[in-house]
Amino acid sequence: MTARVLTITSGKGGVGKTTTTANIGVALALQGKRVVCLDADIGLRNLDVVLGLENRIVYDVVDVIEGRCKLRQAMIRDKRLPNLYLLPASQKRDKSAVKPDDLARVCEDLKADHDFVLIDSAAGIEEGFRTALAPADGVIIVTNPEVSAVRDADRVIGLIEAAEKGPAKLIVNRLKPDLVARGDMLDTGDVLEILAVELLGVVPEDETILVSTNRGNPAALEERSRAGQSFRNIARRLLGEDVPFESFRDAPGLLKRLGRLFGADGRS
Amino acid sequence: MNILNRLLGQKPPSSRDTAKQRLQLVLVHDRSQISPGMLDLLKDEIIAVISKHIEIDRAGVQVTFSQEGRDNKLVADIPLANGRRARGPS
Repeated sequence: MTARVLTITSGKGGVGKTTTTANIGVALALQGKRVVCLDADIGLRNLDVVLGLENRIVYDVVDVIEGRCKLRQAMIRDKRLPNLYLLPASQKRDKSAVKPDDLARVCEDLKADHDFVLIDSAAGIEEGFRTALAPADGVIIVTNPEVSAVRDADRVIGLIEAAEKGPAKLIVNRLKPDLVARGDMLDTGDVLEILAVELLGVVPEDETILVSTNRGNPAALEERSRAGQSFRNIARRLLGEDVPFESFRDAPGLLKRLGRLFGADGRS
Repeated sequence: MNILNRLLGQKPPSSRDTAKQRLQLVLVHDRSQISPGMLDLLKDEIIAVISKHIEIDRAGVQVTFSQEGRDNKLVADIPLANGRRARGPS
């Protein structure tokens, strides 16, 4: 068995790359897959806190590359999911500490014992992005249904094609169905038409993401989280299942508005 | 929702539609790396070249991009002076 290496990137920062990486990692591990989440955002480490593993870091990926520890020593095993690992970024170095070949070598070593290596890329289109792209067998683009995020996603998709790492797959994150319904947000179909790439998933804006990040307990672990459900669906699609795309037409958008109209409470 | 708005009154286009149109336009220039100014320059030169051989309606010339998937093409719409329209993709 050899792992699939998937790089999660976006162009624009703050669209939810790290949250996406953590939650897909968790969701794949819930499906019994052996997963490594690799934080390639050197100097701006965050995958550790999103996964809730920040207190257990001793070594990081730069220590591995520079030979200060063995690969296994730097990998942190998740207590909730014993087949999920984090390989943390260094917080005291910068992007120049890891070259594309270095990361490719680390991923090569991880491949034999795992099913998936998920690389959380740095934002931007510079060195950090190029490094995260080098080991990729496939690329997942995360965007928000918003003008600047979609524009940056388009730029990154072009660069991925030029690097012959395409075709990238798209996740539309933080969709607000009620804003779409009232004509104030791009819908998934609009984004797909503009970017002309394959859709991997749609994740609704969901407060449970903030709460789960506060606690270091990814939403994909929570049965009732809508965003968590979307991430679990994405994982199943990655495993080849034909899972229909969510429309989110039911709640809290239209139903809530209809409920208000008839004097019902606006619970979602 | 959008159709309803339009039926009920002449409201301006939704911000969703505006966002989509603006994105489509800006991405055409991003992808081709041809700025709006460059497009005007191209148009002027196309008019100059064609006018040497054929009489055209200069004011009616349109040079635009069209998108098919992730591929863009440059489309020049060049009306002839006698009223017939000639259409030539570059």
